[in-house]
Amino acid sequence: MALTGLEIYKLLPQTNCKDCNFPTCLAFAMKLAAKQAELKDCPHVSEEAKEKLESAAAPPIRLVELHGGNGKVQVGNETVLFRHEKTFYNMPGIFWRLGDDESVDELKSKAKRADAYQADYVGIDLKLDGFAIEAKSDPAAFASAIEAVRSVSQKPLILLASTPELAKAGVEACGDTRPLLYYADKDNWQEMAEIAKEAGIPLALRGATLEELAELTKSIQEAGVEDLILDPGLSGHLESLQQLTTLRRLSIKKSFRPLGYPVITFPGRDESSNEMLLAAGHIAKYAGFIVLENVDPSVLYPLLVLRQNIYTDPQKPIQVQPALYEINSPDGDAPLMVTTNFSITYFSVANEVEGSGWPAWLMVADAEGMSVLTAWAAGKFDAERIAKAVKACGAEEKLNHKKLIIPGHVAVLSGELEEELPGWEIMVGPREAVEIAGYLKAMWQK
Amino acid sequence: MTVETPKEAWTGTVREVTLGATADQGGTRSRTLTVGAESTLPFLHFEASIPNPPALALEIRDRKPDDWSPLLYEAWGDVMDDPAAWAKAAEEAGADLVYLVLSLTTSDGSPNTVENVRAVVRKVLDATGLPLAVIGAGQAEVDNELLVAAAEEGKGERLLLGLCEEKNYRTIVATAMANEHLVQSRTPMDVNLAKQLVILINDMGMPLERIVMDPTTGALGYGIEYGYSVMERLRLAALQGDKMTQQPMIVTPGEECWKVKEAKVGEGVPETWGDWEPRAIAWEGITAAALLHSGANVVVLRHPENMRRTRSMIDELMSSKAAG
Repeated sequence: MALTGLEIYKLLPQTNCKDCNFPTCLAFAMKLAAKQAELKDCPHVSEEAKEKLESAAAPPIRLVELHGGNGKVQVGNETVLFRHEKTFYNMPGIFWRLGDDESVDELKSKAKRADAYQADYVGIDLKLDGFAIEAKSDPAAFASAIEAVRSVSQKPLILLASTPELAKAGVEACGDTRPLLYYADKDNWQEMAEIAKEAGIPLALRGATLEELAELTKSIQEAGVEDLILDPGLSGHLESLQQLTTLRRLSIKKSFRPLGYPVITFPGRDESSNEMLLAAGHIAKYAGFIVLENVDPSVLYPLLVLRQNIYTDPQKPIQVQPALYEINSPDGDAPLMVTTNFSITYFSVANEVEGSGWPAWLMVADAEGMSVLTAWAAGKFDAERIAKAVKACGAEEKLNHKKLIIPGHVAVLSGELEEELPGWEIMVGPREAVEIAGYLKAMWQK
Repeated sequence: MTVETPKEAWTGTVREVTLGATADQGGTRSRTLTVGAESTLPFLHFEASIPNPPALALEIRDRKPDDWSPLLYEAWGDVMDDPAAWAKAAEEAGADLVYLVLSLTTSDGSPNTVENVRAVVRKVLDATGLPLAVIGAGQAEVDNELLVAAAEEGKGERLLLGLCEEKNYRTIVATAMANEHLVQSRTPMDVNLAKQLVILINDMGMPLERIVMDPTTGALGYGIEYGYSVMERLRLAALQGDKMTQQPMIVTPGEECWKVKEAKVGEGVPETWGDWEPRAIAWEGITAAALLHSGANVVVLRHPENMRRTRSMIDELMSSKAAG
């Protein structure tokens, strides 16, 4: 937990010697708290104070990074339990498990297809983050499976290796990339830590209880591996939710360092739960890496969309530039519709109009990135704003008519709008974007 | 090393609400449905008591709808032509509540009538022993007329009547009070508006034990995060003791999801969305799952497969092998 300026001040020498180039120790403490100065600027700080300050400055959940040939994925560094309190920062990495018991050709073709997967969601590219390759036989087979995947994908890897021999072979096959080595436990941790340390890669730890995990992280940290991932062996919805919540609370609310690491989950490990719904739970509450058995697009796409939604910064909804947009090359007789600049609102409307084949003008009003109903409720999508947008966007010069279609949800604005826009006819459109094609067909005469 | 499980000391409890009335209670339902009463966040049994599992409802219509996804017609088949048969099928599919939504018109295109609504409500009540919700078609004047008829026909059954919205709640609340029913209060994704409408309804004399709060659901990809966070905030406020946010929450992922392209449409969509049927079912299922994690007490679905999947998820989450 971050310290306040006053708490930091108590740990400083309080001599006001100015060697840090600030006038007083208190001023320096305030700058430290605001992260605008660094502790090393004070040459007189005691070792004990240094340790306390450094550990207080470390994030409650360690940031861990994996690198592939060129892709990277970052997890951890979260600071809240609920997204509305600030935001969730680093989306859980979603990986696909592949076994080395499959032929090299099969692995290549699977990995190649999954590597190329890229879906568009409101202008954002959604992709799989990488592959978790599982050693099921001997070191040579493991190495050649890794090489096969690496020959067709630059994405980061997770190495699922249960013995030090397999781990060594796997790490070697990863070249200069930065995979996650999975896993060390209370029996093999010394050898596993040695391998991870030498390769400079993160290490995942498996423990039956949180106590066991906390002891392991301590030992392994002392052995020189700092980037750790936890696997509490979660199975099913209930255990997942309760343990992941406990871990997140321990880190955020109790600053409990021994468990301040991201968590890896395997929602398909236990066949009694529906993998997709369990993965959805892990996305909402609070996984760091999620290793899937099934990445069929019909499952992967909705999960990637959920991840994108949950990790959207509530303070910064995705916005579209307010402007007059042309759809299907409209002319002066084409209908004019208005909506808000919330990206999802815009894309739903634009997609529907485009799909309907109607040439149309879509005017996007600045509603501070809110959807129609929310913006209307918040007073950000009212008659005045819409009228202003109509005047500013140049619609009057481009159109041969003065008809404006407003969303059905704000039908109540039509009277006021007619006052704000003298000479205009205000038409009330459908409430939902999916009904636009039918509405235009029924209501729009050239 | 000992690791303590951090527990919050919540001071508030979600209000307990019971839908439906048995013969002893002045109705004809074979069972009632009780939701709410938890004193902690969803499924954190280690922290405080959660006496009632979230309930699952299936949406049916007073007549076969014109604009549902072909996948839903396929899933329900002929029962959609008869609300009584549909209600029975919903009960057989495992619903805790039948969520009957009225239409603006009858199947021949003429305006829906009070007589028709009475007949449908009667048929559905006769066909199923489950508690029933009766929801208007979404036009204030029509709803007020039709819902009064439904309320009178089901007098004493403790129906859930809706939707009460800021602009139109008085008539629905009045008829619900006169006929011993409950109401669904819907507000557009905002903590304060949700709270305010509960206050307004309560001010008319409706007991809080008969109000279910609907914070408005956004489908996955279409604003789910707004509803999700509003629900989390409402629930946190409830547990912190804010009385007027302590109503159980009802959400409608079925309605929201099945109207978006990702679920509704099979052709002319990107290949990266995957096969239509599994994707469509996933859309509703994942939305429902996320909303359960944010505090939903009643989840209204459309596809029977999601009834099965969501039920099994809830069963797991309510099982006693509490970890931690």
